[in-house]
Amino acid sequence: MIKAVPKPLEEVLDLVKDFTKVLIAGCDGCVTVCEAGGLKEAKVLASALRLYFTQAGRQAQIDEISLTRQCEKEYLAQLSDKMDAYDAVVSLACGCGVQYMAEMYNNKIIYPGVDTCFLGVNEERGLYSERCQACGRCILAETGGICPIARCSKRMLNGPCGGSDAGRCEINKDIPCGWELIYERLKTLGQLDRFEKPVDPKDWTTSRDGGPRKIVREDLRI
Amino acid sequence: MSVTTPSKLQKMIASGNLAVTSEVGPPRSADGAVIEHKGNLIKDYVDAINVTDNQTSVCRVCSLACCIRLKLMGLEPVLQMVTRDRNRIALQSDILGAASFGINNMLCLTGDHQHFGDHPTCANVFDLDSIQLIQTVKMMRDEGRLLGGFEFAVRPQMFIGAAANPFAGPNVAMRVSRLAKKVAAGVQFIQTQCIYNLDKFKEFMKLMVDRGLHEKVAILAGITPLKNVGMAKYMQKRVPGLEVPDSVVRRIGGVPKEKQAEEGITLAVEQIQELKEVEGVRGFHIMAIEWEEKVPGIIDRAGLYPRPQLA
Ligand code: SF4
Ligand code: SF4
Repeated sequence: MIKAVPKPLEEVLDLVKDFTKVLIAGCDGCVTVCEAGGLKEAKVLASALRLYFTQAGRQAQIDEISLTRQCEKEYLAQLSDKMDAYDAVVSLACGCGVQYMAEMYNNKIIYPGVDTCFLGVNEERGLYSERCQACGRCILAETGGICPIARCSKRMLNGPCGGSDAGRCEINKDIPCGWELIYERLKTLGQLDRFEKPVDPKDWTTSRDGGPRKIVREDLRI
Repeated sequence: MSVTTPSKLQKMIASGNLAVTSEVGPPRSADGAVIEHKGNLIKDYVDAINVTDNQTSVCRVCSLACCIRLKLMGLEPVLQMVTRDRNRIALQSDILGAASFGINNMLCLTGDHQHFGDHPTCANVFDLDSIQLIQTVKMMRDEGRLLGGFEFAVRPQMFIGAAANPFAGPNVAMRVSRLAKKVAAGVQFIQTQCIYNLDKFKEFMKLMVDRGLHEKVAILAGITPLKNVGMAKYMQKRVPGLEVPDSVVRRIGGVPKEKQAEEGITLAVEQIQELKEVEGVRGFHIMAIEWEEKVPGIIDRAGLYPRPQLA
């Protein structure tokens, strides 16, 4: 799922300090799971902003809401009769949700309230780590189910580099070397023969290098 | 190993003599005299001179410009190329540029992550990795083709090198496997990571010999003289993938400060003497980091000077 972290309160305050009516819009999707931008976080942020305005001796109306998903029009449409009441919205959805809301409410100021980070997993509560960079052509079948693009710091397709050290990546001892993981897993699976075959240069057109991407599924379109 | 390119390094290796290479680091300014000076310091003692490519991700004069300078001085450069900063268009363009000046040796590297350097906030490229760069230059040389499919007539005559680190994770066997992969991609010579743990290096070479890989690729053993105990400790603790045994740290630290540099050089000379006897070692690559002036003395004392003159 998409992983995000709340933006620092000071940054959000700086965005909204000149307004008097602000809506904080959470999303019940990914950002709820990683506890960055669900209803709970929307409430916490709204109270913090209310406190700020009270202490500053200013009248302000700060409300919160959470939508089922901000990456879908039908849920964003639920805000259509509320938008006029606000000067600005802080969306706690991922970057997709923030942009989709802005697309739909073209003349409204929509600010991001979280930093969208990566596609990852929940290792534990409060501990998320990256697994995929959505390259558009998955090669996990060849790499023992471990992604070298997301999990090698140099996205090498023929690792590990000479910096891997006792299972750790050269850039940081806290990061496992993705390629040592691949090697170990291929060994476990009895597929080490794959390891010595050079992997050709990758076609990155399906990744972000091909420009903004789009999926058209004719089978699903009516 | 037969001679397939105009490379003098390849010729030396093919002659059966131990080859000697060293490297020079370009300056962090537009001062072209630095490389000329460093090149002149070592030129009579080595068969080829590597020029590092923004090593440890610190921005410097580009390797290509320095290699052209050395070539114009009549020396034999080895163009180091990392895939960190350039995509396949730029890499191939630089290979053609180097070849257009008659540069005949390349070292294909992925490169250190930019996190180590002076621009840690930059974007990296890594369009290719070292093995794919080997494949690419081989294809350009042997098939006269770019990755994009374009065919051309005047091919780059490159003797293709790469690095190998017997000491990195997870184990020596895998490091031999990875080197086998470089051989499969087309590498012809290897300059290894600096060797301090000779036993482990010998274990690595034994596995290479057992698989016959030493017949397919020339291994030049990497030697870096230690300047003092501080450097030994730094390399032991801070350089990922490098192995400096405690005994080495103790030895350098065991002599007074003003004698440590001398001890480091003596150690380097002894290492070369010992490694000369290891089956599959075809030469040495001396990396004296910002200490190029010590290279001639090391090579001389190690019995590798004068360099054989080949017709
Ligand atoms: S190969 Fe591509 S799609 Fe598959 S996990 Fe890695 S980045 Fe994601
Ligand atoms: S140490 Fe491992 S994960 Fe890190 S860059 Fe090298 S191969 Fe990739």
